[in-house]
Amino acid sequence: MSALLRAIGAMTVNGIWRLGFMARFFYALLRYSGQSFRRLPLTIREIYFSGTLSLLIILVSGLFVGLVLGLQGYDILQRFGSSDALGIMVALSLLRELGPVVAGLLFASRAGSAVTAEIGLMKTTEQLQAMDMMAVNPIARVVAPRFWGGVISMPLLAAMFSAMGIFGGWLIGVLAIGVDDGAFWSQMRASVDFRYDIINGVIKSFVFGVAVSLIAVFEGYDCQPTAEGVSRAITRTVVSSALAILALDFVLTSFMFRGL
Amino acid sequence: MSRTTLDLWVGLFVALGFAALVFLAVKVGSYAGASGGTTYAVEAAFDNIGGLKARAPVKSAGVVVGRVGAIHFDSHSYRAIVRLDLDGRYEFPADTSAAILTSGLLGEQYIGLDPGADGEVLKDGSKLQITQSAVVLEKLIGQFMFNKAAETPPPAQ
Repeated sequence: MSALLRAIGAMTVNGIWRLGFMARFFYALLRYSGQSFRRLPLTIREIYFSGTLSLLIILVSGLFVGLVLGLQGYDILQRFGSSDALGIMVALSLLRELGPVVAGLLFASRAGSAVTAEIGLMKTTEQLQAMDMMAVNPIARVVAPRFWGGVISMPLLAAMFSAMGIFGGWLIGVLAIGVDDGAFWSQMRASVDFRYDIINGVIKSFVFGVAVSLIAVFEGYDCQPTAEGVSRAITRTVVSSALAILALDFVLTSFMFRGL
Repeated sequence: MSRTTLDLWVGLFVALGFAALVFLAVKVGSYAGASGGTTYAVEAAFDNIGGLKARAPVKSAGVVVGRVGAIHFDSHSYRAIVRLDLDGRYEFPADTSAAILTSGLLGEQYIGLDPGADGEVLKDGSKLQITQSAVVLEKLIGQFMFNKAAETPPPAQ
């Protein structure tokens, strides 16, 4: 019994410890970001790795999500005789929820895990310490570019996901099923608001980008410097990113769309 | 520092991302209607607003000329006070009437404005004098059923 209590206590203290370290790490990251922006090619390289290389998975998944939304949406809406509203349903569900969330989850498993693995391996092979010895700040040189690369890529990826999904919904709805082309677009335009729906979606994806990138670089930086430690850090990145995205999504949604 | 193929790919990625955003803004969203220019607010009191919500469209002759800004309950007159944010480009006579209408059977509710003939125009803070409440379907069906019941003679035993 006492061993159990002790284990729970140790887990709690350890968790709070890590949270505090994470906050301090985030502060240092922001502080040294200016230094790393002076060497912009570093960040551009990371945008290539986490953004450009994620393009394929994001576009293909977006297309398939849109195709599924088109089929399911049509099946539900035609029961109420309002299949013309298919465009609204596809666009709103993608812009508000699926775009940011699914793109965030894909981004966490595609790019976040890679960032954790890279930084974790650098730590394991003592490259970070070596940089420190050469008076190169590893946070400014290694961590900050990867963080900002992710933060910049994520909203763009989410926007592409949504655009591709709407295209997929159009393919199924208009080309395959035969919903009226004009009604599909005009109903969509009439009820999708730029500020309320699109900007809120972009804000969501930006917040997810910050959360996923921070978790990814932190888990890499904080990992046990062993092969097992790196693999555990990667697992933790994917698991806690997914949890963070879904929990933040609930919080942001309850702020943004409370039905007025 | 020289240009590399990496820059090309990153540039392509960023361009695609912004293209997607522009596509969403222009083709999917109503960019012009959302933040287009100035608006002026007028108030209207309704006995019953039915299912009217804030941000519902305000239409005149079928054209969206504004949005419902805010709805609150006035505890003195026991009526609903609806603020309409009308597009600054459009002017309406001061004796314009407002009615709460429904687009289609299951559609959303909106406010329809019927222009009057007054020389004065509505200004910021004006009040609409003539309003028509929402039709509540239950009341309508209830009335219809009572009327029908009154018409039909009791069945012969």
